[in-house]
Amino acid sequence: MSFTTHITDVPNDQVAITCDNVTISYGSFEAVKSVFLEVPRGKVTAFIGPSGCGKSTVLRCFNRMNDLIPSFSLKGRIIYEGQDLYEPKVDPVEVRRRIGMVFQRPNPFPKSIYENIAFGARINGYTGDMDELVERSLRRAAVWDECKDKLQESGYSLSGGQQQRLCIARTIATQPDVILMDEPCSALDPISTLKVEETMHELKKEFTIVIVTHNMQQAVRVSDMTAFYNAVAVEGGSGKVGYLVEFDETANIFNNPKQQSTQEYVSGRFG
Amino acid sequence: MEATRRDLLYTLRHRPASDKLVDNGFRSLVTALAALVGIVLLAIFLVVFWEAREAIHLFGLNFITSTTWNPVEEKFGAFTAIYGTILTSVLALLLAVPLGVGTAIFLTENFIHQKYRTIISNMVELLAAIPSVVLGLWAIFVLEPTIRPVLNVIHNKLGFIPIFSTPANGPGFMPAVLILVVMLLPIITAISRDCLNQVPPDLRQAAYGIGATRWTSIFQVILPAAISGIIGGIMLALGRAMGETMAVTMIIGNSTSFNLSWFAPGNTIAALLANQFGEADGIQVSALMYAALVLMIITFIVNVLAQWIVKRLSLKYD
Amino acid sequence: MTFSSPNFSTTSLHRKPGLLRNRANAAMTAVAATFATIAVLPLIFVIAYVLIKGITVLSPSIFFELPPPPGLDGGGIGNALIGTLVVTLISCVFAVPVGVGGGIYLAEFSQGNKFAEFVRFGTNVLAGVPSIIAGVFIYGLVVSTRVLFGNSYSAVAGGLALAVLMLPTIIKTTDEGLKLVPQELRWGALGVGASTFVTTMKVVLPAAVAPIATGVVLAIARSAGETAPLIFTALFSPFWPEGIFKPLATMSVLIFNFAIMPYEAQITLAWAASFVLVVMILGMNIFARWISGFAQR
Repeated sequence: MSFTTHITDVPNDQVAITCDNVTISYGSFEAVKSVFLEVPRGKVTAFIGPSGCGKSTVLRCFNRMNDLIPSFSLKGRIIYEGQDLYEPKVDPVEVRRRIGMVFQRPNPFPKSIYENIAFGARINGYTGDMDELVERSLRRAAVWDECKDKLQESGYSLSGGQQQRLCIARTIATQPDVILMDEPCSALDPISTLKVEETMHELKKEFTIVIVTHNMQQAVRVSDMTAFYNAVAVEGGSGKVGYLVEFDETANIFNNPKQQSTQEYVSGRFG
Repeated sequence: MEATRRDLLYTLRHRPASDKLVDNGFRSLVTALAALVGIVLLAIFLVVFWEAREAIHLFGLNFITSTTWNPVEEKFGAFTAIYGTILTSVLALLLAVPLGVGTAIFLTENFIHQKYRTIISNMVELLAAIPSVVLGLWAIFVLEPTIRPVLNVIHNKLGFIPIFSTPANGPGFMPAVLILVVMLLPIITAISRDCLNQVPPDLRQAAYGIGATRWTSIFQVILPAAISGIIGGIMLALGRAMGETMAVTMIIGNSTSFNLSWFAPGNTIAALLANQFGEADGIQVSALMYAALVLMIITFIVNVLAQWIVKRLSLKYD
Repeated sequence: MTFSSPNFSTTSLHRKPGLLRNRANAAMTAVAATFATIAVLPLIFVIAYVLIKGITVLSPSIFFELPPPPGLDGGGIGNALIGTLVVTLISCVFAVPVGVGGGIYLAEFSQGNKFAEFVRFGTNVLAGVPSIIAGVFIYGLVVSTRVLFGNSYSAVAGGLALAVLMLPTIIKTTDEGLKLVPQELRWGALGVGASTFVTTMKVVLPAAVAPIATGVVLAIARSAGETAPLIFTALFSPFWPEGIFKPLATMSVLIFNFAIMPYEAQITLAWAASFVLVVMILGMNIFARWISGFAQR
């Protein structure tokens, strides 16, 4: 088992989230081991790698969504704005108000389109003009034209791609610092995927985005930085453990990777 | 700075202490409400045990074997009622199980069109919704007068057998058993139907695939696969039959003296409670509470056994 | 080389009804059909009899009058009708919040720990407690101790006894209803920074309202017809209800008391009450089905 990694440093003043020797376990089973990573501010960072390499698991730690799994435990530190997110005093709800998330499958609330946007903003104590916020968020998620005439209709009346952009708009409306996207296009058709990717280009001007994707072309298209994770069999164990292989600028990962396994994965000669 | 502008517009980035208090309070509240189930269950046992302590002290275990129930002399034994409880439940089950399971088979295998199966299923389930006191009323005025001649024919022909040794002339064990059958049918049918529906279709196809006839595959393959769930359901029905009060009270005759004949008036623990509790005082209340405790323990054992059997089934298919 | 025909190819594939297996099959099918018929017949008989008997004795005055003293004619079940509504309402006040709250705990907070396992077991055991025992329990806890401001038999005591019986049904349906809500919906709410309280109350519970409502209505329907828990908690009263801390009449207890009286008027009222009760309960059952059908659309 080799744990050779190559990690490019991000200048200190540009770091949004730092993983400091993070190991994540479910019960006695280690899912991801010893991740060191610095997510740069104001850029799009992509997590790629084969299934079971732990990329989604790491992502879900950034806003403590893994807390919902009873057997979950984490060693090491995840630092956001100088604070360890897993310190006992940290309130996961407050973390999620600053680090928003878009999920694999579109999950609008069973409420009107308008309420879908207003719900999160209200929770975050939004004091401005709600109508204006709803319109602005939907516009920036590039779904305004489809929604403007039916704001009071259920979110479920939209198509899958539109629902996903509604969910992005919902996240934008709470104005988080960081937006986490967990394979946001895996349930969408190619045209919807393209629209969501265009949205991301717009959003990175204002937000730090971390996206998990199975699709390497997507990583090339949307991201500035890419982290490649891999899974290796555990010695003597039955399962596999994920680890971070290489973290660099996207162009380097795909054109000039430093690690053998990265080279194999991005050129499709994997496994 | 950008971040400050956001924080100005979004005033709840830091949750106020009240918000956390509500959150924690809510969690504690629902936990307490869940705990209330355990508390109520425990309280039921404790209250009944506490009220029964005098009778337990006086009569001990003789209470279960003695047939005397004499409020005047303050001597109490619940054997007649315990015997009646077990007799009526078991007889009712013997009749209801073939009927219920047979109906369930009829409703799960494709004998008739799905539309009619749904209608029959719904009707059987509606039967469960009829209050037992209404069934009791129906039993008094319709069921019992209707079956009385039949029971008397049996008595005349087979009267030498102790269980048919008395003529039927009004309330008694047999009408109570029949009304229990009516009450158990929906339970047994519904549970058996659900268990049969859970049998994987592959199993059925495999049986047909090797040339088994419909009933061969039902008896040899489908029923054995569903049997533990069905037995669990039958146990639940048994628990229900033992605790059933109103319909039985109204039609069993409420006799406190022991009689072997199935056509004679009898008693069950539940009927004894329903009948005598209102007018009892002193040691009689305590004796009734003792009887209630016996009923609780019997139904508890039956229900836990049923749960255990059902749980074993679900493990098999997960 | 010649193919010898396999020894069964000469027999035709036509069905032969005379074969033993086919006869046995037909016989068993007939038996099953007979059983199904026998299982449905009581329902038809009971409903038909109650409806026919009920309609013939029903008149508007029955709903507004008190039962007559023994030996006299006429009268109605007005007090019992109100009593049933009052006792059922009281039982809901106790059982619905506790049941829904307990169900929320099991589905949303317990994460399958030992305590939750115990609560689920307790719920199943409680569901199997005979209804008369619920009455005995409340008698021992509330009626004989007179803890309710010195009152013994009362509507509240009756409501509590019914609540004990409703509780397991409501907990179970809430638990199961909430489990049907997709996990993604919870993530969505938590992801925008909602607390567990807001997530549960504003997103998850509204999404599960139909199955929960179905279960609650079915539980109410069952408790409205219960008699055994009421006969020595709410007791009976020939008068109009005098408040929730006094004994009062209910339709089910009225049927029980009047069925065994030797007076025609009382027996007539028992049939009238049965009719009203059955129509009410079947109506609630159909309403519950409608709710759950409504949710599936």
